[in-house]
Amino acid sequence: MLGKLTLSAIPYQNPIVMGAVAFMVVVTIAVLGTVTLLGKWKYLWTQWLTSVDHKKIGAMYIILAGVMLLRGFADAMMMRAQQALAYGGHAGYLPPEHFDQVFSAHGTIMIFFMAMPFMIGLMNCVLPLQIGARDVAFPFLNSLSLWLTVAGAILVNLSLAIGDFSRAGWLAYPPLSELRFSPGVGVDYYIWALQISGMGTTLSGVNFIATILRMRAPGMKLMRMPVFTWTALCTNILIVAAFPVLTVSLALLTLDRYLGMHFFTNTLGGDPMMYVNLIWIWGHPEVYILILPAFGIFSEIIATFSGKRLFGYTSMVLATMAIALLSFLVWLHHFFTMGSGADVNAFFGITTMVIAVPTGVKIFNWLFTMYRGRVRLESPVLWTVGFMITFVIGGMSGVLMAVPPADFVLHNSLFLVAHFHNVIIGGVVFGAMAGLTYWFPKVFGFRLNETLGKAAFWCWLVGFYVAFMPLYVLGLMGATRRMDHYDNPAWRPLFVIAAIGAVIIFCGIALQVAQVVVSIAQRERARDLTGDPWQGRTLEWATSSPPPAYNFARIPVVRDRDAFWDMKQRSVEMKAAVYRPIHMPRNTGTGFVMAVFLGLAAFAMIWHIWWLAIGGVAAAMVALVHHAFDDDRDYYVEAEEVRRTEVLRGRAQLRSV
Amino acid sequence: MSAANEAIVGHAPHAPVHGRAQGGAHGAHGSRRSYVIGFLLAVALTIVPFGLVMSHSPVGTPLIIAVFALAQIGVHVVYFLHVDSSEEQRWNLTALLFTAIVVCIILGGSIWIMHNLYINMMPGTMPGSMG
Amino acid sequence: MSTRLTAHGGALAFEPGYADDAADALRNLRGAPAAIDFEPEHHPDSAAIAQLGFWIYLMSDCLLFAGLFATYSVLHARTAGGPTPHGLFDLPYVLAETVFLLVSSFTCGLATLAIGRRSRGATLGWLAVTFVLGLTFVGMELHEFAHMLAAGAGPNRSAFLSSFFTLVATHGLHVTCGLIWMAIMMVLVVKKGFTPSTETRLACLSLFWHFLDIIWVGVFSLVYLFGVS
Repeated sequence: MLGKLTLSAIPYQNPIVMGAVAFMVVVTIAVLGTVTLLGKWKYLWTQWLTSVDHKKIGAMYIILAGVMLLRGFADAMMMRAQQALAYGGHAGYLPPEHFDQVFSAHGTIMIFFMAMPFMIGLMNCVLPLQIGARDVAFPFLNSLSLWLTVAGAILVNLSLAIGDFSRAGWLAYPPLSELRFSPGVGVDYYIWALQISGMGTTLSGVNFIATILRMRAPGMKLMRMPVFTWTALCTNILIVAAFPVLTVSLALLTLDRYLGMHFFTNTLGGDPMMYVNLIWIWGHPEVYILILPAFGIFSEIIATFSGKRLFGYTSMVLATMAIALLSFLVWLHHFFTMGSGADVNAFFGITTMVIAVPTGVKIFNWLFTMYRGRVRLESPVLWTVGFMITFVIGGMSGVLMAVPPADFVLHNSLFLVAHFHNVIIGGVVFGAMAGLTYWFPKVFGFRLNETLGKAAFWCWLVGFYVAFMPLYVLGLMGATRRMDHYDNPAWRPLFVIAAIGAVIIFCGIALQVAQVVVSIAQRERARDLTGDPWQGRTLEWATSSPPPAYNFARIPVVRDRDAFWDMKQRSVEMKAAVYRPIHMPRNTGTGFVMAVFLGLAAFAMIWHIWWLAIGGVAAAMVALVHHAFDDDRDYYVEAEEVRRTEVLRGRAQLRSV
Repeated sequence: MSAANEAIVGHAPHAPVHGRAQGGAHGAHGSRRSYVIGFLLAVALTIVPFGLVMSHSPVGTPLIIAVFALAQIGVHVVYFLHVDSSEEQRWNLTALLFTAIVVCIILGGSIWIMHNLYINMMPGTMPGSMG
Repeated sequence: MSTRLTAHGGALAFEPGYADDAADALRNLRGAPAAIDFEPEHHPDSAAIAQLGFWIYLMSDCLLFAGLFATYSVLHARTAGGPTPHGLFDLPYVLAETVFLLVSSFTCGLATLAIGRRSRGATLGWLAVTFVLGLTFVGMELHEFAHMLAAGAGPNRSAFLSSFFTLVATHGLHVTCGLIWMAIMMVLVVKKGFTPSTETRLACLSLFWHFLDIIWVGVFSLVYLFGVS
């Protein structure tokens, strides 16, 4: 009836895990209880869970990312603690099979359930506003994408309480991830969480491409789009191109595990290296999917806070496109050491070095934008400058490893770990934090506390260097990644320093949590009344903060790059005298419902509860077809209501024609 | 929904809602001809390679089969999917070309890499396994 | 939707809008800073956007198949001492399957033309023929699989067979989904006729169907013809 699922799947004997589970349960009950006490279930359902509004969906993505940041960072703290303690005779406090789950969960969560949702959330919030659109091309699909991602995140967290998680790293290489060496449910949790959320991500990719290509305001030609829109376009092209390969890789692994096939097994003709090949064909574009939106965020921030037009717009656009295309030509550098020979290694080594060039172009463009500008050192700019220094260092360590002979020494050492954290934290995380601070007033209507924001930045910056510079040294000294114990006395002090760095970062995160709480408490004082708190240059700042559901009462005509700046220069105000009825999509619970059923089906697949798996998929399909047959999916906001809304926001023309 | 929208505002000439279908209505003869030509070409491009292989002809090499396959894919794209360089099809064509490039990279790259891995790392096993 | 007309009492409601735009134009001519710089009308072509979105999804599906083709290319010779293509593939049978699918692509095109003519009968007729041909294709494929399984040449036997079954069955699964979709669309056409959303969906379905035939060209060439030659 319940497949492999029994009560013994709950890890009663493991105090650390049970402590974490208890914490999760308490928090969940607290949240659900608070909503119940405040009587907000109807509000939550009608205004948020069923919303197809890109701004709300974006906010929910970012909330998910924030929560999963805490979970992923807890894993990081556990690893640093273990490695600081487990020297020589001491075994540390984490048994190896638990440590393996911690590092696997850390990577999986941070990439798939923190960084991706954060970037997709920011794109959701900002993109339609930046191009002068009312929403994305497919609002219902947008909602579905969000809830599929949430379902995946819930599955990963559920693995803590029921069963266990994968021990095979964030990429689950065979043969370790095959049934023979991972007979439990851990790898299955990993596979289904990623397949479900991967579906959501691919749909998002389709959605954003269609939005950017077809829903721009009149006059916004491609070369007048904001740079963030350009990077979002290239990012989503990469998503649509790369994620199918992840789907295939995981599906073939699933077939091996569930149906006894031989794609990646050691016997009967299977080839584990084919998995490595396929997963990195996805994996390398994935890291560019993460970084390109960050590049776009920094471009917007640097231009705004320097009070200057971005330097080298055309070269920025070309560099972004070059990076996107080249990202498909470098993937073998992740497995130089696996024996493909000098020709192959040389080709991919050269392409890897070449891909650093367009990034260098971008760095120079940002620097030239700041040059002779009047740079305001508010926290978005701090994050940006921190990024420029940190990311360049990380990039350089990457170019070093792009040399195959060097990589033979450094592959899978802590040098590699330091490199990718250097570029991911310095690039993606700093970009997400910068974007969050920058666009928070637009989405929520009030600014974040600047003092706490600056303090958090400094903790992150200092903490990052203290945590990861020792890892570069350790890697050069021969330390491998994913070790739960070591014997070399020379390594110990460095691991201790790294642990201290993690604590400093923890302070940064704590300050950010405080920042959110304090900002909400003080929101009346920090209200953004003009809609343009930063003297912005792009169209999102032309709306009120937060914008009305329909974004723009009338769609503006765009006549130049930095469309809003151009309007300000021409003294054009976004105030209409005449309003038109606005066509809007209705909220729908179908996305949420489908994700619930598919999440249940995934859980059922993990535990081999076949009837529930089939039932879950069938129910999701029924919900979809029901939605497809529903004719009542949109409505009009009457012109009079639009006018009233605009008047309330101080945006209606008061004189009559 | 949008058809009703267009009708109310009264800008019917500017409302090309029905995209492909309208194209079909306008160019009914042209489109019918395109399907027939495409079909006949596709049949020919199918029968020939099958014939070559089934009769064990020395001409029936993998290269020839690939050429016919690519040609038939082209026929489908042009005559059935109506992808061309016109204004409405511009993004479709761009997307298709980009996808074709990535497909070639994935196929070619995988075959090249896995072949090299096999040659270098599996000595003594049956040769010619990579075909 | 008609609510607009009733709420504003008729065509008169739009006069002020046009007058306003004229006033804007006058103001611009006079060189005063424009207080309004809005588009006169803005109607995103939702049908075209839906088709573009579906096309992009099809491109992602292409890349999914590319992954499967790459896997087949790499693993096709790893027969592990078991059955090989020469022993397994029945080319005349595959040619017949191919013809069925190709003709179904053609009849799908005829259905598209019927939609353009707004001919419900012809549309349903050609869609039904397409459906039957597609169903025959799937049936023949299942029969081939059953035969291979009975002969001990199942997907568990070797990497070659795993990749063969997965590539061909994934295509077959896509065709099956297309058939289900086609059936639903035929019901929609009967019940609601040619509404804009039905037309858009039918256009997407025909894109899907043609695309599946393109993938099949790749399959029969790379798997069956290469395998035997």
